Amino acid sequence: MKSKDRNYFKILRAGINTTYQDLGRNNLYHIGIPFSGAMDKRNFQLLNSLLQNDYNSPVIEFAYQGPHLKYFGKDIFFCISGNVSFKIMTEEGVVDGNSYQCYLLKNGDEVDIYSTNKSVYGYFSINGTFGVDYYWGSCSINTQAQIGPNNGNKFSKDLEIEIIDINNSFNKRRLDYLGSTIENIRVIKGTNYDYFSESSQNKFFKESFRITKLSDRMGMRLEGPKIENIIDPNIKSEGLVKGVIQITSAGDPIIMLSDHGTIGGYPKIATVISADYDRLVQLTPGSNIKFKDVSLEDAETLYKLYQMETNNLISQIK
Amino acid sequence: MIKNILNLGDAALYCDFGNEVNQEINSNVIKYFYHIKNLNLKGITNLTPSYNKLIISYDLNIHTFISLKKKIENIEIKESKKLEKNLIKIPVCCDNDFALDIKRVENKLKLKSEIILEKFFSKNYFCYMTGFVAGMPFLGDLNQEMRLKRLETPRVKVPKGSVGITEQFCNIYTFETPGGWNILGNTPQNIFDTSNQSNPNLVNPGDTIKFYRITLDQHNEIKR
Repeated sequence: MKSKDRNYFKILRAGINTTYQDLGRNNLYHIGIPFSGAMDKRNFQLLNSLLQNDYNSPVIEFAYQGPHLKYFGKDIFFCISGNVSFKIMTEEGVVDGNSYQCYLLKNGDEVDIYSTNKSVYGYFSINGTFGVDYYWGSCSINTQAQIGPNNGNKFSKDLEIEIIDINNSFNKRRLDYLGSTIENIRVIKGTNYDYFSESSQNKFFKESFRITKLSDRMGMRLEGPKIENIIDPNIKSEGLVKGVIQITSAGDPIIMLSDHGTIGGYPKIATVISADYDRLVQLTPGSNIKFKDVSLEDAETLYKLYQMETNNLISQIK
Repeated sequence: MIKNILNLGDAALYCDFGNEVNQEINSNVIKYFYHIKNLNLKGITNLTPSYNKLIISYDLNIHTFISLKKKIENIEIKESKKLEKNLIKIPVCCDNDFALDIKRVENKLKLKSEIILEKFFSKNYFCYMTGFVAGMPFLGDLNQEMRLKRLETPRVKVPKGSVGITEQFCNIYTFETPGGWNILGNTPQNIFDTSNQSNPNLVNPGDTIKFYRITLDQHNEIKR
């Protein structure tokens, strides 16, 4: 491709843990490869709907601070989802942007995504397609196993992000949405619940836990009252799923997130319900959370309600 | 052969094959794993076999726990069907630079390093499962006198290719990752190949592994 025909972003600042993500890759746990995919699926879905892209189109995910991008090419629209602060620099000056709104970019314009607010993850994409490679049907970057485009690494300064297709029948749309937060994380009791003393079981549901800085796409480490194991601090290693809360030998909970190890040997006290996962991952280090026990049947219903709520938001895009 | 099916959260079946770790139970898990995998059931998003459990993750939009549990309980597997087993030979160098925990293992087992390595290389090992990180094989069983616990404080970084032991098991670190196994050596062989998307794992559940000893020069040669 001749350079004058290229449409691309140049990364002036990479931001934190900036990667391509889509819905992730299925059916690879047995060889040790986790789902990956966008941490906050609702914001992923909203972004592709706003941009009228295919539901599984790649987007750029960032944590706490996003990239600063300079655009080169034909006119293009971009949109950001999540609770994110960003500036748009054009020939006419600098304006503050709002999430869930589409903005035009011309050759030479810049977008500086400088912060997420009271949340961890934000998403950036365009009315078109990024030039990404697919690994097992997904372009999600898993930095731990170095799988995905960009050799499985997070973005770095001076990287160029290619755009291979721009949707010209695009209509500029917006959504009035302030995001949704959560304080109580609902869980289902785990398969090793009886490994813990009765007083620790009570503490687990009555007291609050603080999210520590040792949290990333693989897992979220919590600190709070120590959870006392009365049987064995280890189990024979077995499969894990997203949302499982293991208790380490030190008595601290650790929640498995989208890039988690597929097998683990700590007892499982509980599992976060699917309906609360998107909001769990957005909680920042330092936040306090409480766990609330729900039944399997309630969890299944709550997931349906959550999906209906997401579809309702999509229908409000105008 | 499944003793019990519980739920793991709201989107996974926890199929329990027993509490013991042995090749008979594990072979049942693996048979179920391949059988269900080949059924290509819609809405199954992951199958995770381990020593004595099989976890089946599903799409909550397609299945509920009760409906999928019934489907899995009704599966019949012919006992006679034999598992496909490959014998895979893997070179390991036990030079001082690679055998990070040989001194600790000597102290704990009260055996000399040469005896430890002789015993280690004299056996074939069965692959129970792969995972934790991409392609990592969990192998067994070590002889009784070779068994010890993991490190009290896990290493933050275990070098890629490290071969370690703990309890009745050995494994190979396919990536640099945190870990607490007792490291006896290092293989220059690539155990997980991202570029081979149809079969990235060198070792799969049910396979048999034969480790053989190589020198530092041979290690460097293969690595090149």
